[in-house]
Amino acid sequence: MTRLPRWADLVLVPLISLLLAGIISALVILAIGESPSEALKTMVVGAVGSPYAWGYTLYYATSFMFTGLAVTVAFHASLFNIGGEGQAQLGGLGVALVCLALPWPHWTLALMAAMIGAALFGAAWAAVPAYLQAKRGSHIVITTIMFNYIGAALIIYLLVNVLRPAGQMDPATARFPEGAALPQFHDIPFIRNLYLRYDGSGVARLNAAGEPIYQQVPANVTLFIAVLACWLVWLLLWRTRTGYEIRAFGKSQQAAIYAGISPVRITMIAMLISGALAGLMSINNVMGESGRLLQNSAEGAGFIGIAVALMGRNHPVGVFLAAILFGFLYQGGAELGLLTGIPIELRTVVQGLVILFTGALDHMVRMILGLFFRPRRTVVT
Amino acid sequence: MVADTQAGRQHDAAAPVQAALAIELRGISKAFGSVQANKDISIQVAKGTIHGIIGENGAGKSTLMSILYGFYKADSGQIFINGQPTLIADSQAAIRAGIGMVFQHFKLVQNFSVLENVILGAEDGALLRPSLAKARKVLGDLAREYELDVDPDALIEELSVGHQQRVEILKALYRHADILILDEPTGVLTPDEADHLFRILKGLKEQGKTIILITHKLREIMEITDTVSVMRRGEMTATVKTAGTSPEELAELMVGRKVLLDVAKTPAKPGRTVLEVENLRVRDADGVERLKGISLSIRAGEILGIAGVSGNGQSELLEVLGGIEHGTGTIKINGEVIDLTGKSSDAQSRRARGIAHVPEDRQHLGMIMDFTAWENMCFGYHNDPAYQKNALLMDNDAIRADAEGKIERFDVRPPDCWLPAKSFSGGNQQKIILAREIERNPDLLLVGQPTRGVDIGAIEFIHKRIVELRDAGKAILLVSVELDEIMSLSDRIVVMFDGRIMGERLPEETDERQLGLMMAGVGEGEGA
Repeated sequence: MTRLPRWADLVLVPLISLLLAGIISALVILAIGESPSEALKTMVVGAVGSPYAWGYTLYYATSFMFTGLAVTVAFHASLFNIGGEGQAQLGGLGVALVCLALPWPHWTLALMAAMIGAALFGAAWAAVPAYLQAKRGSHIVITTIMFNYIGAALIIYLLVNVLRPAGQMDPATARFPEGAALPQFHDIPFIRNLYLRYDGSGVARLNAAGEPIYQQVPANVTLFIAVLACWLVWLLLWRTRTGYEIRAFGKSQQAAIYAGISPVRITMIAMLISGALAGLMSINNVMGESGRLLQNSAEGAGFIGIAVALMGRNHPVGVFLAAILFGFLYQGGAELGLLTGIPIELRTVVQGLVILFTGALDHMVRMILGLFFRPRRTVVT
Repeated sequence: MVADTQAGRQHDAAAPVQAALAIELRGISKAFGSVQANKDISIQVAKGTIHGIIGENGAGKSTLMSILYGFYKADSGQIFINGQPTLIADSQAAIRAGIGMVFQHFKLVQNFSVLENVILGAEDGALLRPSLAKARKVLGDLAREYELDVDPDALIEELSVGHQQRVEILKALYRHADILILDEPTGVLTPDEADHLFRILKGLKEQGKTIILITHKLREIMEITDTVSVMRRGEMTATVKTAGTSPEELAELMVGRKVLLDVAKTPAKPGRTVLEVENLRVRDADGVERLKGISLSIRAGEILGIAGVSGNGQSELLEVLGGIEHGTGTIKINGEVIDLTGKSSDAQSRRARGIAHVPEDRQHLGMIMDFTAWENMCFGYHNDPAYQKNALLMDNDAIRADAEGKIERFDVRPPDCWLPAKSFSGGNQQKIILAREIERNPDLLLVGQPTRGVDIGAIEFIHKRIVELRDAGKAILLVSVELDEIMSLSDRIVVMFDGRIMGERLPEETDERQLGLMMAGVGEGEGA
């Protein structure tokens, strides 16, 4: 197969894969008797058409960045961590316990403590499968899937029997204290100006106290932490000894042993970091958005992380971009369900097609593109 | 295109058709991306002859044979089989055209019997029994005719490598192959087994079969072939009668310059003892004892060569010394006992003791093929303080600067430290590993198969570097399945068979015949 130039490999292949996924999605929409152009318009307007739309898209993207990075780190050690979902839910438990433990005076303190809680709980949930893989050779894919189920059951048990405040009907924790609420985009100076509500004549509307009214969006400061995490993961993988060892181990376990790299140690480290990243996702949804721990808090973001890492080529920059794309699909898909006759389940179809084309059929696109990039015959002398 | 077509035309003109031709290739070209693997190759192989094809790694021998066997499609050129223009689209077509191929790495199903392997893909119908019965009869006939004795009911995994190779030949003959291509057939054989193979090949030739032998061993070419073609960098540089040429001339044709075939070295001046091994035992994962009480010692300034057919414990010896494998017994380095089983028995601690290790399997052990050259140049030594910027980050600039120096001093080509290891040829990969290990200035260098898959030009260079390290007063343990290499490099030779040491010899007091017998387990077993 012809080797593609780097730019084609990194830019053209994903774009064409996306285009193909889009075309098939359009056909599906046609088949159910709706208009693809209307659907596309709804998605674009609803997901990126306004600061309000971006407030949702980026909220989802933040979660996907964390779970995508989690899969990426494990993948570089050739470990397929499918347990992001469970690790994220357990991370949420860590966040909830920290937030409910103290009447936090300021969100910055609460955030730091909650990050530690989220990372620790997420890592702990990854530690058992990691240990079983490292010491007993139990396949990490199987054990992490099992731990997703165990995690979900554990959370429900805890919510129903332990954490639910007396008298509350739904299985959820109590609301976090005021001081543990993270600033959302409409709370952050400057950014919040994008979310002013205007009346018909273009004047900002004020409430009874004379303060401006903002539109509420779920995107919050966690986004900046996610971007920072992308950079830190890049630094870890390509600038530290641990990252060097993780990548070496991932490429060849035999060679890693030859170099004196301990497989047990690297398996544990990579999975702990991966679990911690998946756990950190809960800062975004549990602390930043809902303000309490609900059941099924991760809402599939752990699984979408796999697709994000796949599409992002297991590179933090790619993960960042892919997370935004999936944020777009997620938010745009929700808009479809809300504003058109297209059922919201179509969102899953579109996501599935994107995963299919960018992941599984990647080689097909590459092969076809290869025909156009075949070099003229040259003679090596 | 360059004017390299002339070479091909000369052959056409110079070789008038005397005997009937089994194979004729005309103007075969094949490019992979920007690499021209075969450039306008023309070759004529007469019926009933043994035709050698010799060339360095990457010269295009295997590509040419893969085209002939239908694995690759040539970009241009024609193939004539028995004078008929033939299109070989896949290996089935090649088999129909009467071509059989014996690969370097056998394509046998390990837990199938010999019979089952022979009929695999050539069954006569849905039921196996008639095919098996027929194959049993054919195999019996072939065995009588060509000294190709193999127990038809033995499982492949129970057979020695030499016998497995015979099964591959039988497979080809069972499919009525008239033209047999063998790719580096002797790489895995003892001298005795190789002799037997050559007897088989001569028998086949007498029966009118045509044999193409691909090898990089000049000695084999001289011994068995009638005609030899030399390839260099994708071109056919010459086709000559074997009787009218010499190893020196062939080597020069292969490399394009004069090559020193013998290693120039002065007598060793052994100093203090660096390595002492006593009663070393190693069990593999299945509990089978692979090393059965090895004792040996190496002094500073000498090269101890370990001869043996591969799979007789040499790999385990290297691995336990290099800290990859655990074992029991004692290993002393510079008089200090090292831990063989505990927590500190890993490759890092061995390196800290001054043991450097050039592993036998460089592509799977010695380097990460997807890593760049510079990343590989610090592989195993990546914890060295000189490679760190601070407590957290590695100093990649320093590693690259260091790698560039090594690339220059070891003449790694192309001299580009950003290329991934897999883009280098075997010889240059080996130079990368040697540069990394030798420049650590180790007290003891473990070297496994230093020149396997390495072209002649690089072999000369690698041998020189190893001798230089010896002359600098270092101890060297050399494991190689190439007896020539063991004979010419070692100051002392130890022969291993079945996890034991069969005996020790001085290279000037022994010969290949004697070592070959010891390698096959025949010997007085004096111990060492």
